Amino acid sequence: MTEAYIYDAVRSVRGKGRKDGSLHEVTAPRLSAIVLNALKARNNLEGHAVEDVIWGNVTQVAEQGGCLARTAVLASDLDQSIPGVAINRFCASGLEAVNMAANQVRGGGGDAYIAGGVECMSRVPMGMDGGAIAVDPAITFDNYFVPQGISADIIATEYGFTRDQADALAVESQRRAKAAWDSGRFEKSIIPVEDINGLPILAHDEYMRPQTDMQSLGGLKPAFKDMGEVMPGFDKVALMKYPHLEKINHIHHAGNSSGIVDGSAAVLIGNKEYGERMGLKPRARIRSTAKIGTDPTIMLTGPVPVTQKILRESGMEIGDIDLFEVNEAFASVVMRFMQAFETDPDKVNVNGGSIAMGHPLGATGAMILGTLLDELERTDKEVGLATLCIGSGMGAATIIERV
Amino acid sequence: MTDFTMKTDADGVAIVTWDAQDKSMNVLTREAFVLVEELIDQALADEAVKGVIITSGKRDFAGGMDLNVLASIRDEAGDNPAQALFDFTMNGHRILRKLERAGMDDKNKGGKPIVCAINGTCAGIGTEIALACHHRIMTDNPKAKIGLPEILLGIFPGGGGTIRFSRMVGAMAAAPVLLEGKMMEPKKAKSSGLIDAVSDDPVAAAKEWILNATDADIVKPWDQKGWKMPGGAPYHPSGFMTFVGASAMVHGNTWGVYPAAKALLSAVYEGAQVPFDTALKIEARWFTHILMNPSSSAMIRSLFINKQALEKGAVRPEGVDDQSVKKIGVLGAGMMGAGIALVSARAGMDVVLIDQNQEAADRGKAYSETFMDKGIARKKATPEKKEAVLNQINATTDLEALRGCDLIIEAVFEDPRVKAEMTQKVEAVIPGDCIFASNTSTLPITELAKASSRPDQFIGIHFFSPVEKMMLVEIIKGKGTGDRAVAKALDYVRQIRKTPIVVNDERFFYANRCIIPYINQGIQMVGEGVAPALIDHAAQLLGFPVGPLQLVDETSIDLGAKIARATKAAMGDDYPDDATDAVVFRMEELGRLGRKAKAGFYDYDDKGKRQHYWPGLVEEYPRLADQPDLIEVQHRLLFGQVIEAVKALEEGVLEDIREGDVGAILGWGFMPWSGGPFSWLDMVGAPWAAERCDQLAEKYGARFECPTLLREMADKNQSFYRRFGPDAKAA
Repeated sequence: MTEAYIYDAVRSVRGKGRKDGSLHEVTAPRLSAIVLNALKARNNLEGHAVEDVIWGNVTQVAEQGGCLARTAVLASDLDQSIPGVAINRFCASGLEAVNMAANQVRGGGGDAYIAGGVECMSRVPMGMDGGAIAVDPAITFDNYFVPQGISADIIATEYGFTRDQADALAVESQRRAKAAWDSGRFEKSIIPVEDINGLPILAHDEYMRPQTDMQSLGGLKPAFKDMGEVMPGFDKVALMKYPHLEKINHIHHAGNSSGIVDGSAAVLIGNKEYGERMGLKPRARIRSTAKIGTDPTIMLTGPVPVTQKILRESGMEIGDIDLFEVNEAFASVVMRFMQAFETDPDKVNVNGGSIAMGHPLGATGAMILGTLLDELERTDKEVGLATLCIGSGMGAATIIERV
Repeated sequence: MTDFTMKTDADGVAIVTWDAQDKSMNVLTREAFVLVEELIDQALADEAVKGVIITSGKRDFAGGMDLNVLASIRDEAGDNPAQALFDFTMNGHRILRKLERAGMDDKNKGGKPIVCAINGTCAGIGTEIALACHHRIMTDNPKAKIGLPEILLGIFPGGGGTIRFSRMVGAMAAAPVLLEGKMMEPKKAKSSGLIDAVSDDPVAAAKEWILNATDADIVKPWDQKGWKMPGGAPYHPSGFMTFVGASAMVHGNTWGVYPAAKALLSAVYEGAQVPFDTALKIEARWFTHILMNPSSSAMIRSLFINKQALEKGAVRPEGVDDQSVKKIGVLGAGMMGAGIALVSARAGMDVVLIDQNQEAADRGKAYSETFMDKGIARKKATPEKKEAVLNQINATTDLEALRGCDLIIEAVFEDPRVKAEMTQKVEAVIPGDCIFASNTSTLPITELAKASSRPDQFIGIHFFSPVEKMMLVEIIKGKGTGDRAVAKALDYVRQIRKTPIVVNDERFFYANRCIIPYINQGIQMVGEGVAPALIDHAAQLLGFPVGPLQLVDETSIDLGAKIARATKAAMGDDYPDDATDAVVFRMEELGRLGRKAKAGFYDYDDKGKRQHYWPGLVEEYPRLADQPDLIEVQHRLLFGQVIEAVKALEEGVLEDIREGDVGAILGWGFMPWSGGPFSWLDMVGAPWAAERCDQLAEKYGARFECPTLLREMADKNQSFYRRFGPDAKAA
């Protein structure tokens, strides 16, 4: 079978996803173009250099609507002969873009692809695209819909994670992210954002709070307690689905959940001949990809079954994986993953994660895959696994192997 | 057919009067609906007519749809009842839409104003007709109520009321009216947006409005250009949050067991996204869907048709004169006696409330005072009413005060000797024809009647706690109880506006005999290490208002222990609940007697507010590593009750399955969506139920053995309502 290789991976710095965030002034096509242009410049992608741009993006309305992928290509320096397809698998969109690209390459549907994604959460707020899953009674009742924060708290309750454990994980994420930045571990792949004149706008991940400690987190109120217990009372819906629980333990807050940020990421994927023709050296083989559907109420446990599935399908065991990136959507998601696989915490999110640096929905999957590859190279390890939990109850995963 | 008549006055105002023949309340029939259309056509065509008033010739405006209509449409439709119900509903939409458009052209010009003058209580389709009119004026009589109570019968407003009202006031404001189904007095109805004005002469006010109405006044907002849903449609930013919240709240509040609430919400949600006529079509589709759901027919049958029949004396002995109570004696001023005194006084009876000392008697009367004070605070009562109620109650220790009573209800300590002594003392004072009733919940009436010198006048009248809130009264006939005693009890229950069932005298009568296995299975599972939350939630997810562990904390562990000891002594080796008792006796030993001890299966705060399950439970009864499936827990809780209900019928405790169903819902909240245990059995089918009994009996013991009657019915594939039901067709 044809193999798919990663030739390059870049990601933008992340700005706070608010009106006073540094990237709030940067449009979604432009934030996309910045990483596409970087990829083009670094790899000399002239003309019809790739078959397609598969672009993850969750809130596909307003400026992110109208097939943002194609708009992004047109906004970039890439040739107009390269089309674009926008995809949405919620928080895993960026990883799903990579997986789709890899599988197209493996199946012979073209030599090379750019895959990645973008989310300008400060400009196109999460949820602005509506969605029947949350409001259509014909869907919500039968599927016991609750918002993600409640789901994260169900995980904590069901699997016995405490507020202190979640806060400790958040503090560690901040510590690791700072250490990684301080020692230049992201340098190879980080693209600073500049304006149209080449003037700097942002050159670091702006969301980080390295001074975070247990005490500062301890003062934060649980974010989902009111909507769970009072208005409109999602906990009751959760307990109907998980009736053996007496009540939901609300442990998550802004400090131990992923940050809302703006950001983009792009990965160049191609077959062996492509690299030879282009004079590029493959950095890793995409060994396996997987996705799965899970219970939509607890919603965010997908990383566990999708990891079981990808290991099974690639004939591997959990011990074969050297490093993990498990998206820090909420602290309990990562804790559940480590609990299920009895994973050494020193192998998981070693350079921090979305709690510290933020989670630009459509881009994160591609971002953490790039972070994983950089770290495998830096520490000279072989095999890494990236996985994300996904809204409405899904999971996605990718295993890469250095070559 | 003259349910509707029309007369045009000198000013050109046509008055359409609804006055259903041979009925005390206007209910809409199929034929009458046709007539409505004819009259509208006529009024719109007649150039002399400037506008139309719709009002009623009766004290009230309308009670709603004739519920038998829907059943007969379904039954006559052969193999495609959904199509027939949909077509019928759409035809109704067409007629009311014609009324609403009132001859306007597509520029909204040239229509005639149509006003509903609501002269009295108005419900269901009556309210929906009013909503289709251009203006609604209601009498300012606070005794007249208006609303859309369909949801309480397992259906929802399907005559355009759901779509029209939600578009008039927005989803958020419409929700309480549509989803709670409460009837409102006119002023409240006006503030809710259901009516436009109140007047002491609605017809005159309607006429004035018509004569002043402009073209613009009669155009519905949704027929105007640029109309937007108030509060936002589902995908408008503010509407989105409303609909997210509404889904969760309705789901949570109904525990997911009332399909009508979900269907109603779907009609509003889907309807809000399309033009008005398409929205009506969507409402009709969901309405049809609900009418095709067996839950709606079962709820209508039990909670409307059969409940009303029982209240109207369906099982009252024939040929006995009116036995209305004028003066009642209540023996024992504890919680039950105090409650009985209260409901009797509120019904206008003279009440003598007796206890051993004056302080206790006064305390019993003070219960009524507190109740009325709460009513005043909530604006449901007035100081005058309170005064009147308290004046009706004579709290005393003096048995002589009982002279002239025509009914005695005894609510003294549950001890046969105490009761016997009271019976004899009181019978020495009361008139010879006075009926004597015991409110016992556990002692056989036939035994208690032995203390009476006139056992044919001795009967059981069993109230549920709290008396003023619980709607069921269980009347128990002892072996010697005569017809006049039964009639007396039934007439009394009618006076206090509760629903009676009449049962024969066997251990625990009907209600308690079914509740006990419910509670006991719950307790037994705690002993087995099932998560207590799973036990209570399993019950609530079936539609029981209170889980078994919460229920036993309310009724108290020591009462359970007492009943258990007495029952075991009486039953000997056949006693099925030793496993339960091990837990009950242990809780008793630990002093965890329930809410009253502020410690039971739950922990309570100082004020007696429930906090959480007692953490010690897990130490006493280690949790099973593999918890049972939800359905397994549910069936253990449910089948115990259903089996007892069938046995009660088999043994003749129940003489009428209607009483078994209505009594179960009103008495202990048996899954109202199901229509009661017999309706539920008909829904799932006797063969499946019998098979499930066998499986449960094999796993959990004799408690679940299939009753002979159910086995026989399973073999013959019979249904309870076809075999035991009254001839009257159920909706």
